[in-house]
Formats: sequence, C-alpha cells, structure tokens
Amino acid sequence: MLRADGIAVSYGRQRVLRDADLTVAPGVVTGLAGPSGCGKSTLARVLALMLRPDGGRLTVDGTEVRRWRQRAARDLRTKVALIFQQPRLAVDPRLTLREIAEEPFHATGRPPGPAADLADEVGLTPELLVRRPHEVSDGQLQRACVARALALRPRYVICDEMTTMLDASTQAHLVARLEAYRTETGAGILAITHDDELLTRWTGPSEGPIVRMG
Amino acid sequence: MRTSERIAAGVLVALALAVLLVPLVAQLDQQLVDLRAANQGPSLAHPFGTDEVGRDVLLRVVYGLRVSLLIGLVAALVSVTVGTVAGLTAGALGGAADRVIMRVVDGFNSVPHLLFGIFIVALFSPSATAVVASVGLTHWTTAARIVRSEVLTLRARPFVDAAISGGSSRLRVVRRHFLPHLLPHIALASVLMVPHAIWHETALSFLGLGLPPHLASLGNMINDGARSLLAGNWWASLFPGLFILLPTLAISVLVQHWRDRANPRRRSELQL
Repeated sequence: MLRADGIAVSYGRQRVLRDADLTVAPGVVTGLAGPSGCGKSTLARVLALMLRPDGGRLTVDGTEVRRWRQRAARDLRTKVALIFQQPRLAVDPRLTLREIAEEPFHATGRPPGPAADLADEVGLTPELLVRRPHEVSDGQLQRACVARALALRPRYVICDEMTTMLDASTQAHLVARLEAYRTETGAGILAITHDDELLTRWTGPSEGPIVRMG
Repeated sequence: MRTSERIAAGVLVALALAVLLVPLVAQLDQQLVDLRAANQGPSLAHPFGTDEVGRDVLLRVVYGLRVSLLIGLVAALVSVTVGTVAGLTAGALGGAADRVIMRVVDGFNSVPHLLFGIFIVALFSPSATAVVASVGLTHWTTAARIVRSEVLTLRARPFVDAAISGGSSRLRVVRRHFLPHLLPHIALASVLMVPHAIWHETALSFLGLGLPPHLASLGNMINDGARSLLAGNWWASLFPGLFILLPTLAISVLVQHWRDRANPRRRSELQL
C-alpha cells in the first residue's frame, strides 16, 4: 500500500496542499482528478519521494518515508515510478531513446534486457531506439519514458497526466501496456488525468476508486 | 566547419607551432641587447621593430606568448577547477553545504581581487607559480557561481527527478547529467579566464610583483613598450597587445563551434 496521510506542501508562502490523504492499493488503478492548480502534480511528486512535504506522513508498503530524493534508500525510491506529463522535459536531451529506457538498469548495476525486447514492449522500432529526443515525436518519447519507468518492476506507478499530450492510438497503447504490467505484477497504479472518460475506462477493470481533489 | 572556424583553428595551430618550435629551431637570443638598433620601427630585418634596448620585438613576442599563454592556461585551469568543484558541491548538495560555500565565495568577492592577488603573490618571490596561484585563487568564485546556478537549474528539471527515481546515486546524476550539460559553460569560463589571467599577469608585472623584468612575457613587454609610447614607438606595445587578442578571439570562435556541436538539437539544425 502506498499511503499518504495529511500531506501539506507550501511553495514559499503559497500553500498548495493541506491535509491531503490518498491511498494507492497494489493491483488496483486509483484515479485522481481535479482542476488545474489543485496540487495533483505536487502530490504525485511527494508520492514518488521526489518532494519532501512540510507535513504529513507517507508510507510505502508499511515503511514510513523519512528521507527524500537521493537521501531515500534506493530500494524504497525505486518501488515508486513516476511518469511525467511532458516527456520532452522528462528526458536528458543528449541521450538516445535506448539510453533513456535503459538508464535505471545502469544506475542500479543490473544488466538490461535485449534491445529488441525493450522495443517490442513499448512499441518502438530498433531504428527509433538510436534516435535522440529531438528526432522523435512526443508519443514515441513517452513510450521510452514508460519503458524507463517499468524497467525496475516498481510496485507503484504514478502516471501524472501521462497521456494528455498524446494522440488517441498512443494513449490507448500506453494505457494497455500499463494495464498489462498491472495484471502481470500486481502493481498499483495512480492515474492522474483531466479526462473523466479515460479515468472511468482505466479504473473500471480493477474497480479502483476515483479520488477528486479541490 | 565555417570559414571563420577554420581560420581560428589555423591561427591557433600557427601560434602553438611558433611558441613550441621557434625557440628550438631559431637558436636566437631574445635577451640580446643591441643599443645601436634601439627603437627601430618595423622593417624587413625586424618585422615588429625593436625595443628601447634593441631587442627584436617579434622574437620576444614569440617567447612572451609562450610564457603568457602558459600562465594564462594554467591559472584558468586552476581557477575553473576549484570553481567547478565548489559550485558543483554547493549546487548538488544544497542545504548547509551550499550556504557555507556561498558565504566563502562572498567572503572572497568582498575583497578586490587584484588586492587579494597582490597579497597572495607577495607571499612568494616573483615567479610564474606566484602569478598562477594569485590568479587561480582569486578567480575561482566566478566559475563557482556559474556552475552552481546551472546546477540549480538542472536539479529542478524533471529528467533529473526521473534519474533519481530510477535509482541513480548523487554521483551518477553529477557525472551523467550535470557535468555534460555544464562542460560548455565551464569551457567558456576557462577561455574567458585566459586573457583575464594574462591581464592580471600584466598588472602584477607592472607593480613589480609578477614575473622578473628580464623574462619576456606579453605583460612585461607591454609595460616596457608603454615607456617609449610617448616618443612615438607604438610597435613595442602594439604587437604584444595584438598577440593577446589573437589567441583569445581564435579560442572564442572555436568554443562557440564546440557549444553548437555539444547541443544535439543545434547540431541537427547545422546539418540541415
């Protein structure tokens, strides 16, 4: 269980989250909806251990998180993967798609799988894997980001408006890929989106709750 | 590569060959005093003229360039290395480490760096090492500020979050994501530091604290030449000055080219 209790976050004097509670259960897609600026992305960063909150408590499978970002234990922070809304900002522009997707393997000293498997898994051709971010579309880049997020088999995946900027077929493909991953591993998924229809369709099969913020 | 970049590369290669080979091949004494030939304007025998004691300015420019470039390069390397380590540590660690390092930077900046440089150089006898130590230890703060501000910008980028979330250690983030993005900035800071270091060498030599007066350096030569400038002997200070400008411009053009190549997007645009 990925559980946040009473999370409070401020940027300077601006309070963006006050007493936010959220639970992401394993094997279930939890939906999170809310208007722009209500703090969804901030909560996503807290849940991914990327932002230390000013108050509240976060537990990952019963372990309370006391350190954040690189100070958090590697085993703990790799349990929660974060997929960003804008893939172009979420990748190092110097790296190829293959280097992006395989980065978690190199960072943790694990051997990456064959490139063909990686390409097949997220629908990227081997020819695309040698390209750099500016040479591919947003959809192709987001596929590499999804491959990177799933590389270390995380227990929880936080999708922060992951499909907002993508065409319908890429959106369907990526959601299907995450659903397959959930069914295969029993991972919990937090789907953050403005799209109510997508949220209903995505949370439906696992009968997950939809939480509304703001 | 554009024509300007080819010319810049050619100039640098020519200067490097001159400072490396001329002293070996020519076997001429740049200290040779010939009072009968004093203060002669540029001619075929002395293309850059002669100074107030009849020494050949061209030959001394080559020797001077060798000394000044070496001092400039080593001083720039020292200051940028110290600055990069300090800025990277401050930016990457943040918190108390950042505050302590930046207060030290403020402390160094609060003293005029020429004055502080004089203090450092006064601890040694006049020598190249003293000038290098003086420039290196007073100018690292500029590089530290540049590197720190770049690291703070990079730290907030989502791809760094993604790397951390994917298990990257602090060291790996620095090595894999920070340093490659910082290299063009560091290179530019180094290049800009070279002429600045030569200028400081000039200032310290003028005050009698830099290189010994008999040693040909561009700084010493400009100062020597300045004494006879009012008598109309412009060549003795103009040519050493031009040879500060030439390598600076050449290196700047090449660094700009390298920055373009280091940015993958820009590189693709250049290939179109």
